[in-house]
Amino acid sequence: MEPRIGVLALQGDFQEHLAALARLGIARREVKLPHDLVDLDGLILPGGESTTIGRLIHRFGLREPILEFARSGRPIWGTCAGMIVLAREVDPETRARTQHLLGLLDVVVRRNAFGPQIESFETELEIPAVGSEPVRAVFIRAPVVCELGPAVEPLARLPDGTVVAVRQDNLIGTAFHPELTGDDRFHAWFCRQARAARACTSPEQASCPAE
Amino acid sequence: MEKSTWTTKVGLAQMLKGGVIMDVVTPEQAQIAEEAGAVAVMALERVPADIRREGGVARMSDPELILRIKEAVTIPVMAKVRIGHFVEAQILEAIGIDYIDESEVLTPADDRFHIDKHQFTVPFVCGARDLGEALRRIGEGAAMIRSKGEAGTGNIVEAVRHLRDILDGLRRLQALPCEELMTAAKELGAPYELVCEVAATGRLPVVLFCAGGVATPADAALVMQLGAEGVFVGSGIFKSENPRARARAIVEAVTHYRNPQILAEVSRGLGEPMRGLELEAIPAGQRLAPRGW
Repeated sequence: MEPRIGVLALQGDFQEHLAALARLGIARREVKLPHDLVDLDGLILPGGESTTIGRLIHRFGLREPILEFARSGRPIWGTCAGMIVLAREVDPETRARTQHLLGLLDVVVRRNAFGPQIESFETELEIPAVGSEPVRAVFIRAPVVCELGPAVEPLARLPDGTVVAVRQDNLIGTAFHPELTGDDRFHAWFCRQARAARACTSPEQASCPAE
Repeated sequence: MEKSTWTTKVGLAQMLKGGVIMDVVTPEQAQIAEEAGAVAVMALERVPADIRREGGVARMSDPELILRIKEAVTIPVMAKVRIGHFVEAQILEAIGIDYIDESEVLTPADDRFHIDKHQFTVPFVCGARDLGEALRRIGEGAAMIRSKGEAGTGNIVEAVRHLRDILDGLRRLQALPCEELMTAAKELGAPYELVCEVAATGRLPVVLFCAGGVATPADAALVMQLGAEGVFVGSGIFKSENPRARARAIVEAVTHYRNPQILAEVSRGLGEPMRGLELEAIPAGQRLAPRGW
């Protein structure tokens, strides 16, 4: 059974994520209100402005339904602003005066960690979980992960050791934007997690093979 | 590691999609904008409605003011330079502004040439009234386009006209056979390679926002339904009776632009919108949109 993936469509580059899923032939849906989450096997929180997305999650009653989605074991992946919204905490220096977070991912993130837009960059990253060939990673006013809780596994680092992708059980965060490069391996990997989660939550399935 | 590539310049605009960029003239207004859910603020000394009323030469804002606004918020900060004034752009790049708007709202510095935007690491947004103008700006290096509208009027009619002209231009090109594209490029006054590209894809190679006259949540949803990917609001928020509520409502309207129930809910009880201007009431020489070439 193929998974069905939702992309949170409150603000940001959700169309780019939907386009990547379309290239992979994956069933997909925009999520704007709580009822859009029904029957989904995975959820992507796109890039955008974290203060805006966080406020709109709060305003339109999506906070509890997304927390419940996470508790059910289905995978959630946040890119850039999406990772910030997933985080437990934003470091006080870069936190907005009102910053709504979901608090799911046990990390502290630093927003806009590289400086103003002119410091935005592209680079090649080794991400063994996704494949042996390096991944082209685009960092736009990007955050970094500055503290990781005990259950959080780093998935990718910059050459200086800075953590820019993490995983904690069914939660994934990347500081960069695989949806902007046309290289859909990260999306394919995420969809495999969603497929596995679907297999283990369906009633006829007794065991839960790990990815 | 490569910094300030075309992908990162266009990419920041992609991150702003589905959002509202608000004009602010003080750090306090910038904080109101951020808390209302703005994706970015445009830092300037006077909103277009005041520039229009007070007259005189409108220039880049004092870097001191722009920096104070930058310190007050965590979201991206944009600022305007005069058309063709590449030194104002060098100054904004030096103070680490996130996006530059080469804007017809300020008094043009060059009556023939726009800035060569490829020379800069900071990305640019430019206004356009039709597809030819949009493609000329992209050819010069603009990484984001906004339809011009008529700034400072609170009147959406020109914004609708310009947005429709850009999108109609794209639809027309898609219908043309290849051998007609060179003549189309000549008629549009646009680079041939870009004409061929958009004829094939049916869309601009950069993000398209709408600007100039948005005053209500319904205005914002209108231009989103027509095909804008986001909205600039200039005078429409801080020239209204209740800027905080109006700012939030316009943000929510851009998110749910196809949901009339939510649009009705967010439009209720916002107080007086900015007082609008009939286009016919503006003397021909004082229209802003025809600036730029």
